[in-house]
Amino acid sequence: MSLLQVSQLTASYGVSQALFGVDLDISAGEVVALMGRNGMGKSTTVKAICRMIASTGTLRFAGRDLLDLPSHKTARLGIGLVPEGRRCFGDLTVIENLQAASRPGPWDLARVSQLFPRLGERTRQGARSLSGGEQQMLAIGRALMTNPRLLILDEATEGLAPLIRQEIWAAIGQLKTETDMAILLIDKSVKELAQVSERAVILERGATVWSGRMTDLTPDISQKYVGV
Amino acid sequence: MINERILNGLLMLGLIAVPLWALWADEPFTITLTTRVVILALAAAGLNIALGIGGLVSLGHAVFFGIGGYTMGVLAYHAQTFTPLAEWPWVIEGTKSMPVIWVSAILLAALAAFVIGILSLRTSGVYFIMITLAFGQMFFFFTISWSAYGGEDGLSIYVRNGFPGLNTLVPIQFYGLCVGLLCVVLFLTSRLIHSPFGLALNAARQIPSRVETVGLNPMRLKLLAFVISGAVTGLAGALFADLNRFVSPTMFSWQMSGELIVLIIIGGVGRLFGPVLGAIVFVALEHWLGGISDYWHIFLGLILLLIVLFARGGLVGLLTGKEGPHV
Repeated sequence: MSLLQVSQLTASYGVSQALFGVDLDISAGEVVALMGRNGMGKSTTVKAICRMIASTGTLRFAGRDLLDLPSHKTARLGIGLVPEGRRCFGDLTVIENLQAASRPGPWDLARVSQLFPRLGERTRQGARSLSGGEQQMLAIGRALMTNPRLLILDEATEGLAPLIRQEIWAAIGQLKTETDMAILLIDKSVKELAQVSERAVILERGATVWSGRMTDLTPDISQKYVGV
Repeated sequence: MINERILNGLLMLGLIAVPLWALWADEPFTITLTTRVVILALAAAGLNIALGIGGLVSLGHAVFFGIGGYTMGVLAYHAQTFTPLAEWPWVIEGTKSMPVIWVSAILLAALAAFVIGILSLRTSGVYFIMITLAFGQMFFFFTISWSAYGGEDGLSIYVRNGFPGLNTLVPIQFYGLCVGLLCVVLFLTSRLIHSPFGLALNAARQIPSRVETVGLNPMRLKLLAFVISGAVTGLAGALFADLNRFVSPTMFSWQMSGELIVLIIIGGVGRLFGPVLGAIVFVALEHWLGGISDYWHIFLGLILLLIVLFARGGLVGLLTGKEGPHV
């Protein structure tokens, strides 16, 4: 049974419809890449899943209908989001950022520090003074502190130095192998997505146009819908 | 630059040393003046929870200050006139007991903050400021027309209310009560700031939408902060009324709300001891400059202007070298 079940999902920004029928299933422990060119509805799909924008269709998580829930309740059900653009709580320290998000479960300060040793070394440092990469690690750590069953990473490596990107991809790989957490990834690095993801879903103009195993994603399909 | 903890300690030491010196020098007015500092600091400390940590710029906090004051006034009035406050469905007598008055003031102010918060927290920014101001004006004009309790002229209480084991008419003893309550509130506030609730509230002030993604309801966080804030300011109102033995609609005025915000800005928004330093500066200016000119607010305005332009962290930020509002 799917952990997250999305079917014929539609969503609009005011009068502008952005999603026209997204289909997406994720099972427990599975890593899925959500792909597509810029402006095709990937981030909007994430916002709709997290109930940050109104949507229609089928949206179920762990058997529970999400369409009638406010955003904070979806997080409580176990959907952890690392949003595009990081946006840590700048007036709080690293440890305070993590404590503010803390919910009961296996993920705690020690485990986040273990995953990201850079954060462990800077627990008392103000989040605003962290580098972009460290802020991204903090954003991931903050989402993990909610002890999610599904972790959504929206452009988690965007604009980061190659070395930091490697560290983040390594951490995602570690999450895949060492936990039973489902992960939904959005990223421009098709190569890295292919290495870590088991399945891919491709969006075109706000609708799912291809879905399948990552090994079945041929260069032709990738070129046609992702442009890479 | 001074370490913030040392500065806080020095301020606390000053609040203890000045009245003791005044007692030794037989200067009871100085004790009364310091009591005014402490009570205003307490009221501003209440607002600081909503404004400093929660980012809620309330221009209606005088409502809670006034509710605290009128709770004291009405209960003491019925006690001194030996008339019941209510006869149906139960007989409720007035009281001259400070603890009972404090608890009543806290509960009523918290209730008012809950109702006002639920309605006003649906808005933000300038609309939130305006809606809290509107509530303040509603209470202000209601008390003006409340002739049973003095209306526009206010209500005098003949004798200060009592506290078990103390003679509250002795200025230093009443001061001791007030400073004790301020210490309790500041201690609890310091605990609150670093509690999961305080951290989440701080986060909600910065990026409400991101707080939702970690499973927290920013509206609920802000409402709770608003209620706690209102309750503390209500307690200060009850003490202020007892200090003056007089309550009037001016306790509900928007100028009162504005003064509390000014105290916090002078001291340092979100700083634990910001309201204390702000109240010291405010009362000192009011006392000394007020003796020279009726237009002493001009100087206050000038100081406020300089602080807003050059010391965004208030005087605490300036003295400790920390610009930001982080507590």
